[in-house]
Amino acid sequence: MELVIAKYNYVIYILLMMIGFYAMIVKNNLIKKVIGMNIFQAAIILFYVSIGAKRDATIPILEHSSNPETVLHTIDPSHYINPLPHVLMLTAIVVSVSILGVALSIIMKLHSRFGTIEEDEIIEQIKR
Amino acid sequence: MKIIGFIVVISTGLLLLYAESDFPDWADPSSPASVHVSPHYITESVEETSVPNIVTAVLADYRSYDTMFETVVVFAAGIAVYSLLRRSRKRQNQQEEQPVELPHQALIVKTVCRLMIPFMQIFALYVIAHGHHSPGGGFQGGVILGASFILLAISHDIQVVIRRFKEKTNLIFIAIGILLYSTVGVAALLFKLNFLDYSYLSFVIPVLDSVTARSIGILVVEIGVAVTVMSAMILIYTSLSSRGTYESGL
Repeated sequence: MELVIAKYNYVIYILLMMIGFYAMIVKNNLIKKVIGMNIFQAAIILFYVSIGAKRDATIPILEHSSNPETVLHTIDPSHYINPLPHVLMLTAIVVSVSILGVALSIIMKLHSRFGTIEEDEIIEQIKR
Repeated sequence: MKIIGFIVVISTGLLLLYAESDFPDWADPSSPASVHVSPHYITESVEETSVPNIVTAVLADYRSYDTMFETVVVFAAGIAVYSLLRRSRKRQNQQEEQPVELPHQALIVKTVCRLMIPFMQIFALYVIAHGHHSPGGGFQGGVILGASFILLAISHDIQVVIRRFKEKTNLIFIAIGILLYSTVGVAALLFKLNFLDYSYLSFVIPVLDSVTARSIGILVVEIGVAVTVMSAMILIYTSLSSRGTYESGL
């Protein structure tokens, strides 16, 4: 029980990841597979961002005035959350959008070639 | 098949839950991820780059190489969608595709979007330019800029967007962003500095010292990222919604 309360962020990410994973490997419809992949990515992003959290800390933008000299004396790493996971996920979000675009265009191509987006029907047509 | 998949998913989940006990607690300030490199970024980034937004500083300076190739991924995705779907007009006539039926276009939606889009674009430029001091940056601003064009396409017609932002212009823009980024990087080599070490800008512009030069370099790089992301979004949307014909669609 302690595990669930102190580390609930991991439980949420595991549940989300399982939903996405299930859709990716079981669903027959290619669009549903892509949606599953997106849920999977969202789970990974949640995992990374939650790693960066610190109790009683603020966003990783230093409090500053126009004079940069005043900032330097007051920086304490425990006041600001970890910026590194945010940086990694910022690029990952845009890349996941690009992957979505490429996946959808490949599905459109498949649809115009086979007339269906069901995986088993496409495999049947290829075998024939 | 469904049962096998269900068993695989459940067992993966249980394995991960089992491994969960080794992870640090949520929001633990002394977790391993927060004690290794990130304190350096938090305490030194203003001194080294004069950018108060640490995320921007890490993104475009410390991890600039990574960001450059993330942008290349976006570029490659845009080009891939374009080359997969683009069809010439001749072929389309042969295939005899039924045209997409446009829904009735409401006056209110059109007018409101027409009013909103300029503000969206100004906000996007603000997000790009103010990324040093507030949440924002090239990726976010580029996506907002792209979304403003997509909103125009949804509320009016795809032709309206293509007339304003021609196919060729779009392809040139998507390359210009990467070119700007890599030019800034390669120019550092001319001054015998490392690739993407922006402090050379203080030699080019004498007013700057080597720390503020980094902040200017980050801004230039962010603009490059924004241009590529914006045109990649528009390219992906127009290719997908017009089925590669660039004539009619949503």
